Amino acid sequence: MSKLYSGAEIVFKCLEDQDVEFIFGYPGGAVLPIYDELKNHSSIKHILVRHEQGAGHAAEGYARSSGKPGIVLVTSGPGATNVVTALTDAYMDSVPLICISGQVPTHLIGTDAFQECDTTGITRPCTKHNWLVKDIKDLPKILHEAFEVATTGRPGPVLVDIPKDIQFAKTNYSKPKKIKKVNGKSHNKFTQNEINELINLISKAKKPMIYTGGGVINSGPKASEALREFVRLVGFPITSTLQGLGAFPGDDNQFIGMLGMHGTYEANNAMHDCDLLINIGARFDDRITGKIDEFSPKSKKVHIDIDPSSINKIIKVDLAIVGDVNEVLKSTIKKINQKQNGIKVSNKQKISKWWEQIQKWREKDSLGFINSDKTIKPQHAVQRLYELTKSQDTFITTEVGQHQMWAAQHYKFNKPNRWMTSGGLGTMGYGLPAAVGVQIAHPDKLVIDIAGEASVLMTMQEMSTAVQYNLPIKIFVLNNQYMGMVRQWQELLHEKNYSESYSEALPDFVKLAEAYGCKGIKASNPQELDEKIKEMIDHEGPVIFDCQVDPNENCFPMIPSGKPHNQMILGPNDKEENKITGKGKALV
Amino acid sequence: MANPKSAYSIPTKKGKPDTHIIVVWVDNEAGVLARVVGLFSGRGYNIESLAVAEIDAAKNISRITIVTTGTPQVIDQIKLQLKKLVPVHKVADFKREDKKVIFKEMALLKVVGKKKKIEKCLKACKTYHPVILDKSSKSVVIQITALRREIDKMSKKLKSLGLISTSRTGAIAMTRGADVFK
Repeated sequence: MSKLYSGAEIVFKCLEDQDVEFIFGYPGGAVLPIYDELKNHSSIKHILVRHEQGAGHAAEGYARSSGKPGIVLVTSGPGATNVVTALTDAYMDSVPLICISGQVPTHLIGTDAFQECDTTGITRPCTKHNWLVKDIKDLPKILHEAFEVATTGRPGPVLVDIPKDIQFAKTNYSKPKKIKKVNGKSHNKFTQNEINELINLISKAKKPMIYTGGGVINSGPKASEALREFVRLVGFPITSTLQGLGAFPGDDNQFIGMLGMHGTYEANNAMHDCDLLINIGARFDDRITGKIDEFSPKSKKVHIDIDPSSINKIIKVDLAIVGDVNEVLKSTIKKINQKQNGIKVSNKQKISKWWEQIQKWREKDSLGFINSDKTIKPQHAVQRLYELTKSQDTFITTEVGQHQMWAAQHYKFNKPNRWMTSGGLGTMGYGLPAAVGVQIAHPDKLVIDIAGEASVLMTMQEMSTAVQYNLPIKIFVLNNQYMGMVRQWQELLHEKNYSESYSEALPDFVKLAEAYGCKGIKASNPQELDEKIKEMIDHEGPVIFDCQVDPNENCFPMIPSGKPHNQMILGPNDKEENKITGKGKALV
Repeated sequence: MANPKSAYSIPTKKGKPDTHIIVVWVDNEAGVLARVVGLFSGRGYNIESLAVAEIDAAKNISRITIVTTGTPQVIDQIKLQLKKLVPVHKVADFKREDKKVIFKEMALLKVVGKKKKIEKCLKACKTYHPVILDKSSKSVVIQITALRREIDKMSKKLKSLGLISTSRTGAIAMTRGADVFK
């Protein structure tokens, strides 16, 4: 006769068997039995957030920086609805989360009970799958399946809704059986023929281009290594999406910068003019492609992705390889090496003209900006932050807006899992709680949230979490008093009608930091910037850094809406030339 | 035309939409229909008709048949997105004009009128194997099984002959011959 366990005990037994170390959560009526059980499981530490959205983003930060799934525990009703933004964010950016939510007792479901909501109904479109546990006997199986679904294939969030009576009810517990594929969904379908075809295309290309995305990061650190080996082997230029930064070293000569709406001139022009485009783990997002009809019109397109539904969704490709990035790349490298030196040598000669062209585009220095000795330019602030932190293994999170793009443009990432940003959903308020999660996963590392003052106020309450757990996160606020990206769009598209994009009555961030019990630092001119940044880095606890930047700075370069890659707007440095060459192609 | 001031790109030319019959084998569990239907509404796909019932009580499998229209790209997405749902086992896609597949819909038609009119009705239905399910001195309930457009035609025709109520199922499909869809 095996022992009977309560639902709450089973939750923890499952978490223990899945090697879970941290839960991000917030208690409430419908999860109290689970919280009561917490004390009996010393290997699992609970991080008490200040708002359930913060729990979700913290778990995302934890997951992205560690490669392990993030665990969220919330109560029914408002607890569950508050976490919806984070679940949707994780769904868009393919982050593995397991969210456990309490629910009113089974007999009250459907009666509009206190703190009842249709959690599985609400979260159905923003999770890979969700479960309402109606029978205690199903609980162990469902919890283990939840981990399986969240972490395999294209990762993503799942939710398990557990009614309170189920948390009290008792049943047997059995350890997870060795993974049975969920409904036979396999993820490595690629064939050797496809690899051969890829190599064939590689050997013929004269203007090749590699475009990588978050799929490389999700495939694990090994995939980044394989990518580096592959890219060096073929000698092709490589660009990356926002999510893919760090998979290939940002300071490497073969890396030509991020592409897309705020990507570099060389990356976007190379995308437009290339004759072979190899997409590795990216999804042709609309911030990347610009005008679909004129997206990379002359190229043969290859798409390597683990999610079959990403293929041909937006851009029709000539060769689709469905599989795990690491597996596909390893297989390709092996094949290239078998073919001896022929391909490597001839390839590099063939594409030397292409590299010359890219060099010409590079000389535009599209990320350049006019610096000032009176006001801090936000780009300058990010550059200084990079220079002063690059010697140590630094983790960067961001909020959403101009500062996010400047961080992506001017901070160079050399390792995967060091860059956590909300790309798909574009969630303002992501960065601070994400930094909390990152610091939990890497207690001895430097974790910085490059923030905007508008975004960071959306989840500012999580500073309290950081202080409680003594997490030395640094909130580096590029304070321009505007919702900068909104202001930029209004300037460029709405005749400078700055409707509601200026924040009056901003808090004094230094005092705010002190009120939370952490350190506040303010920098208002370029002369003191370095010294203040060093002070921030050297401080042992959490810091809010109020970096007062030029409020009128815009984020360039930029592809305006509905325009193809070769019709970028460049920064003020290039104004004159921009006028002459506004018609796009002539830019080259 | 989208607003040129939009932060999003302007919609570009699309392929020609076509009618497809999508058949989905799913685990018969709570919420599974909501997942499938929610996927369609959430991604802006269209459902012309829907038929769903459990087909294997032992294995707990339901079969959902959805008639939809979309460009080839959209139909591909529908299939791929459906296959990603955890309770989905397999997805079949048939074109309406596919000769290797049988499509059928059932309709119940209530006709009220004098005997003569009712007889006229039955005659009109003849090609669709009418079955009389109920009969009174001044009414009849007829069951016919046919293609969607045939039933459309019939109900139009019968309007003037006293058709007062129509109830229809969605289309269901089955391949011809000995083979089954794997």
